[in-house]
Amino acid sequence: MAILEVNNIEKHFGSTSVLKDVSFSLEEGSALAIIGSSGSGKTTLLRCLNFLETPNGGTIKVKGETLFDASLKQKRKESELRTKRLHFGMVFQSFNLFPQYTALENVTLAEKLLAKERPDFKTAKKEIYDKINRHGEELLAQMGLAERMDHYPHQLSGGQQQRVAIARALALEPDILCFDEPTSALDPELTGEVLKVIRGLADRHTTMIIVTHEMAFARDVADHIIFMDDGVIVEQGAPRDVIDNPKEERTKQFLSRYTQG
Amino acid sequence: MFWTVTQTLLSGLLTTFEIFAFTLLFALPLGLVIAFGSMSKFKPLKWLIHTIVWIIRGTPLMLQLLIIFYGPGMIGWHVWSGNETGRITATVVAFTINYACYFSVIFRGGIEGVPAGQREAGEVLGMTKGQIFRKITLVQMIKRIVPPMSNEIITLVKDTSLARTIAAYELTFTGYSFMKSAGLVWPLFYTGIFYLLFVGILTLIFNYVERRLSYFK
Repeated sequence: MAILEVNNIEKHFGSTSVLKDVSFSLEEGSALAIIGSSGSGKTTLLRCLNFLETPNGGTIKVKGETLFDASLKQKRKESELRTKRLHFGMVFQSFNLFPQYTALENVTLAEKLLAKERPDFKTAKKEIYDKINRHGEELLAQMGLAERMDHYPHQLSGGQQQRVAIARALALEPDILCFDEPTSALDPELTGEVLKVIRGLADRHTTMIIVTHEMAFARDVADHIIFMDDGVIVEQGAPRDVIDNPKEERTKQFLSRYTQG
Repeated sequence: MFWTVTQTLLSGLLTTFEIFAFTLLFALPLGLVIAFGSMSKFKPLKWLIHTIVWIIRGTPLMLQLLIIFYGPGMIGWHVWSGNETGRITATVVAFTINYACYFSVIFRGGIEGVPAGQREAGEVLGMTKGQIFRKITLVQMIKRIVPPMSNEIITLVKDTSLARTIAAYELTFTGYSFMKSAGLVWPLFYTGIFYLLFVGILTLIFNYVERRLSYFK
């Protein structure tokens, strides 16, 4: 059974329709890449999954549980919303690290705040924090940042910052990790280190959705590709079908623009 | 004579400090309330607040002080007692309203200046609105508003001299009084030293705060 099922998502801002009847599913342990030109709705789709935008129609299910159903006029209680959000992790194009915290603090902050809600928090505070810190250190080491844990974001390069952001998103062990153009804000020479880390996550079968403009990377890493244009999914399938042998005219046009560079 | 003048000026400085401290005490929280009102999604409230801020920023503080002090009495409402306390209270009220409006604009800039991505990053990590405000945006906001706030607060020190227009016995007035009573001009110039020292101490405090917040960008 698919870990994520998205059905008939609609989203409009005022009279502009941004997502039209978007449906797809994602298998556990697989990587999905969403490609398409700017303004095609890719980022909005990711933001809907992370509850940063509320869709106007459709349903979102994770592991069979309905997280969102537009037909139910549900009151969005903050506590429920928070639990639902934790199914997803999000890596932003502009990193959005917290500037007043070190790399390690960025990674551990949310986990420490969540730990406060544990019944044994008061009695075992030190052990809990130690464990969280160790977890954060492991994640940063995994990102190749063992030497940079106590650096503040402004002391790190863009590529290092984005790797901290990935560690931060992994800290709460989300079911699905979302990347919103993770390398678009980076200088070309820094994209490699971030892509390498994402590739590593894919090798370990982290369930991922990656919105990207890096076609070669998408073809390499993704198990499934979705091409979006003007708010609709034009074409989807295995990378060798969508990227190497696109059927739709719009996909062909888009890809030719990219391969021409 | 020098000693007598110094003692009198110090008592004036105390009044100046009272006006300064109480204005800050009330104008800081009121400014925050006005800031939130000016960002309200409820349009009538937003327009009302913007109109008030426009009027307060658009007219001289001295005029506002005179209206606050003499206005109520003219309609038979004698809120201010005729003594020194009444004059200082009226000054603090007028200054609080005025400074809260200026502060509110600075606060709004500070709040809106924190990128939306900071709040969103907190949200996707499952933080509550309160946690996001306390743990993420608050410090960033404070860092942003320290320079403009230090400007306003230093201006407040010197604006306290306007209380002279309603005969509150603050620093400038005490200095001026020697001109009338003893024909001495230098005590008035001497008050400048007190203002400089007052502002000097504030500047050191602001520098310290800025340094303390300089560990991040």
